[in-house]
Amino acid sequence: MMRFLLLFSRQGKLRLQKWFTPIPEREKKKIIRDMTTMVLARQPRSCNFLHWKDLKIIYKRYASLYFCLAIENQENELLALEVIHRYVELLDKYFGNVCELDIIFNFEKAYFILDEFLLGGEIQETSKQVVNRCIESSDMLQETMEEYMSKPAF
Amino acid sequence: MPAVSKGDGMRGLAVFISDIRNCKSKEAEIKRINKELANIRSKFKGDKALDGYSKKKYVCKLLFIFLLGHDIDFGHMEAVNLLSSNKYTEKQIGYLFISVLVNSNSELIRLINNAIKNDLSSRNPTFMCLALHCIANVGSREMAEAFASEIPRILVAGDTMDSVKQSAALCLLRLYKTSPDLVLMGEWTSRVVHLLNDQHMGVVTAAISLITCLSQKNPDEFKTCVSLAVSRLSRIVSSASTDLQDYTYYFVPAPWLSCKLLRLLQCYPPPEDGAVKGRLVECLETILNKAQEPPKSKKVQHSNAKNAILFEAISLIIHYDSEPNLLVRACNQLGQFLQHRETNLRYLALESMCTLASSEFSHEAVKTHIETVINALKTERDVSVRQRAADLLYAMCDRSNAKQIVAEMLSYLETADYSIREEMVLKVAILAEKYAVDYSWYVDTILNLIRIAGDYVSEEVWYRVIQIVINRDDVQGYAAKTVFEALQAPACHENMVKVGGYILGEFGNLIAGDPRSSPLVQFNLLHSKFHLCSVPTRALLLSAYIKFINLFPETKATIQEVLRCDSQIRNSDVELQQRAVEYLKLSSIASTDVLATVLEEMPPFPERESSILAKLKKKKGPGAVSVTELEDSKREGGELNGGSDRGPDTSSTPSPSADLLGIRSSAPVGTAPASAGNLLVDVFSEAGPAAPSAAVNDDGFLRFVCKNNGVLFENQLLQIGIKSEYRQNLGRMYLFYGNKTSVQFASFTTSVSCPGELQSHILSLNVQTKQVEPLVEGGAQIQQVLNIECLTDFSDAPLLNIKFRYGGALQNLTLKLPVTINKFFQPTEMSSHDFFQRWKQLSQPQQEAQKIFKANHSMDTEVLKAKLLGLGTALLDNVDPNPENYVCAGVIQTKGQQVGCLLRLEPNAQAQMYRLTLRCSKDSVSRRLCELLAEQF
Repeated sequence: MMRFLLLFSRQGKLRLQKWFTPIPEREKKKIIRDMTTMVLARQPRSCNFLHWKDLKIIYKRYASLYFCLAIENQENELLALEVIHRYVELLDKYFGNVCELDIIFNFEKAYFILDEFLLGGEIQETSKQVVNRCIESSDMLQETMEEYMSKPAF
Repeated sequence: MPAVSKGDGMRGLAVFISDIRNCKSKEAEIKRINKELANIRSKFKGDKALDGYSKKKYVCKLLFIFLLGHDIDFGHMEAVNLLSSNKYTEKQIGYLFISVLVNSNSELIRLINNAIKNDLSSRNPTFMCLALHCIANVGSREMAEAFASEIPRILVAGDTMDSVKQSAALCLLRLYKTSPDLVLMGEWTSRVVHLLNDQHMGVVTAAISLITCLSQKNPDEFKTCVSLAVSRLSRIVSSASTDLQDYTYYFVPAPWLSCKLLRLLQCYPPPEDGAVKGRLVECLETILNKAQEPPKSKKVQHSNAKNAILFEAISLIIHYDSEPNLLVRACNQLGQFLQHRETNLRYLALESMCTLASSEFSHEAVKTHIETVINALKTERDVSVRQRAADLLYAMCDRSNAKQIVAEMLSYLETADYSIREEMVLKVAILAEKYAVDYSWYVDTILNLIRIAGDYVSEEVWYRVIQIVINRDDVQGYAAKTVFEALQAPACHENMVKVGGYILGEFGNLIAGDPRSSPLVQFNLLHSKFHLCSVPTRALLLSAYIKFINLFPETKATIQEVLRCDSQIRNSDVELQQRAVEYLKLSSIASTDVLATVLEEMPPFPERESSILAKLKKKKGPGAVSVTELEDSKREGGELNGGSDRGPDTSSTPSPSADLLGIRSSAPVGTAPASAGNLLVDVFSEAGPAAPSAAVNDDGFLRFVCKNNGVLFENQLLQIGIKSEYRQNLGRMYLFYGNKTSVQFASFTTSVSCPGELQSHILSLNVQTKQVEPLVEGGAQIQQVLNIECLTDFSDAPLLNIKFRYGGALQNLTLKLPVTINKFFQPTEMSSHDFFQRWKQLSQPQQEAQKIFKANHSMDTEVLKAKLLGLGTALLDNVDPNPENYVCAGVIQTKGQQVGCLLRLEPNAQAQMYRLTLRCSKDSVSRRLCELLAEQF
């Protein structure tokens, strides 16, 4: 199974954190620090895999963002790379040419999309169409824009 | 602020996020956040009831603040309120907040569970999915208690929507992993297995993760999945890339599902049904064939997905390890990847080949790639790829290529990345030992190792070279010559000084004939390093000096001078001072005979598992070194010690960290004449030097871990039987000494001592006995009673020394008494619930000890039960969800404290293996019990 997924920027700023097993907050912070330093220190054109403790770390850079996925030892590295890619595709499809800012300002959406795609550290649905249909149909359930815009900002 | 804001924009949230982004410093950010927190708090506390939108917005802001890394201590209640909103977005944000921020023991859990319950029964698939996602994300025991029985029903119900089924399957998997005892399969097993046949690919993909996990735990109940998996795989593999529509990923049909199917099959042995097996082999061949076809796309996603399936298929082929043809094809395929331009593929090929190297069918095929792998070690730019290459060289090493591989690894070590040096050093040391035919090569290799990477050479490594030199007469002269030369270097590593000091102290005489290495030259060389060394090394050198006095009387005056000088005899370090004083005294008052006896050459070391290997295992973590590899090396490792032709009874089991050279205070029994303390006292006492000491016999020891009565020892002269009983922290042991001859034994004396740690500062076992009659008539039996009190937990067993005269010859025998920590067990009965609660409480990593090992005895249920009962614990029924597993509980009673212990033994009849897990309230007890028990099954 997958253990966690982290998204961080070139500067080491964390943009998304998903933990598939319960981990104490303090430990999480330590892992985040370890991952950012380890991954950011890698030379370009190195392989995308690292061993860390008893886990395999699979990372890939998309524009300014690093996606870093920890999987258990018997899992397939290449497929994990494609898990990352498929997630990027899903974000891209939803936001239309996704960029880091989309994820910053709509972080909750990034989490919702992830929950449709992965659950409990396993793949739930690999079809891009099905996931997008889910997300779009939930958007349809939302109240109209105008209704919200009429509310005060604070 | 960006233009993108899909769905509902929460403008306030976007403004807040921009503000944070505009903060110039960490302080400014904290200030802004505190302002916001104050604002939200006042809104939540205000008199005016907030509408759903505002509540959602503020909860979302709190979530954002938390994800930035700040603590949040309020807002949970508002989030829980959102759960019962009938507006989807509000509910959704509520669930997100709960999933991220609520930990299992929150008091809100009851309210949350209520909301989830409502959504699960709402029959609105979107709401149901949200609720299931939340359970899977939190996955706490409380949630398992509330929903573990409900979810299977949702999963297999005919009218459940596909998307809900998918979430339900993974949600159940999550609960099964946290609380296996609460997820009961039984009636729905077969319906879950049949999800493999589901029309909807998404459902199969989600369900197969669940099925794989359940199959690992209950292979028999789920074994029907094998044929279903094979036929599903075969349909996918033979399908055209367009057949599966959106489940085709970059022209590869259903890569995730294919890999999962291949992974599921790895839980089982090859199918017995010929037709199923034939179909599977066909699939595997098709996958291997496809690897040779030209790619359908240039995109890396295409090749990744395709190769992911290929690697998974190769794993399955290796797992079966029965189809030579497929194994060799797999190896050839990986061989191609070794030279691929994609770094990822080179990395994976190296990794995968490591496992292929351990199969007898493909070992030779792997070896043909040696040059490529060596080249990878030298030229890869990425250190993680180089590390895989080093691993593979280690795995493919055998007698035929050991010299080449060790030489390459040594030369790589000179420039190796610091992070991997220690591991490399261990590997070189192990290979050199395992495949040494020529011991001068072995000595050269280890000395080179110390020269090149001295800082990374751990104690185990240099202990080992000394053990081996001492046990092999034929290499001692060479070793002495070589260390002497190595010590000539102006700057040599301290580890070299240690080895040099030890070896010259023992065997310096073998090279003393050459005037260039005369005794005095040797001594001056060693002493020139003395002042640069740390205390333990100096202590060792002092022992080497006293040995010199014995070997070369002509150096006596010089050495006494050195010992006498203030920096030695008044050294501020107690150990050094004591050695200097005692050695000086010893050399001046003891007669040559006494000196020769005390300082005689070290006896051979008992054969044992290489402590280096143990260290590597520890470093890599359990499971990292394959079992076959370990056994292999155990078998081969034995040769080097040359132990077997060194007399019969030389086996003992000192802990791997036992101090080989007696540098620290405790000395291994029967060795280390040069060490300080007790032995010197013996020399000066009137008894004179002890009779040639016998090595400790522990043949019988392990047989008594799970039983209390029987024959402990027997040879032509003597039989020793024991009967023992234990209550609380007390025990009584009856020893029966039977004279098997017709001749009287004279001066029959016995003594019991507690070795090592037991003797030092803390007494952990108190053993009382009376002396037996000194005469044992032919054919007679005498009895001795030992009273034992366990003061604190211990790992070393007491030793029983027996001396007697038989026909004038002094017989001396030392046995390990089977007093083990488990004898003081009180069985504890407990319910499944209590067991798992305690199991969870003992969750610190040090409290657990685990071992996976091959069955050495019958795996019959009754035999196992008898052994576990003999252990002294209570054997608990209906605790483990898997009836094949055994679970025990007990409390160890010592005078000072009680140590609670839980045990779980999982047999795998198929693989003839066990996994043993112990959790105890005291770490040392977990470790010791695990060691003892691993030998019992």
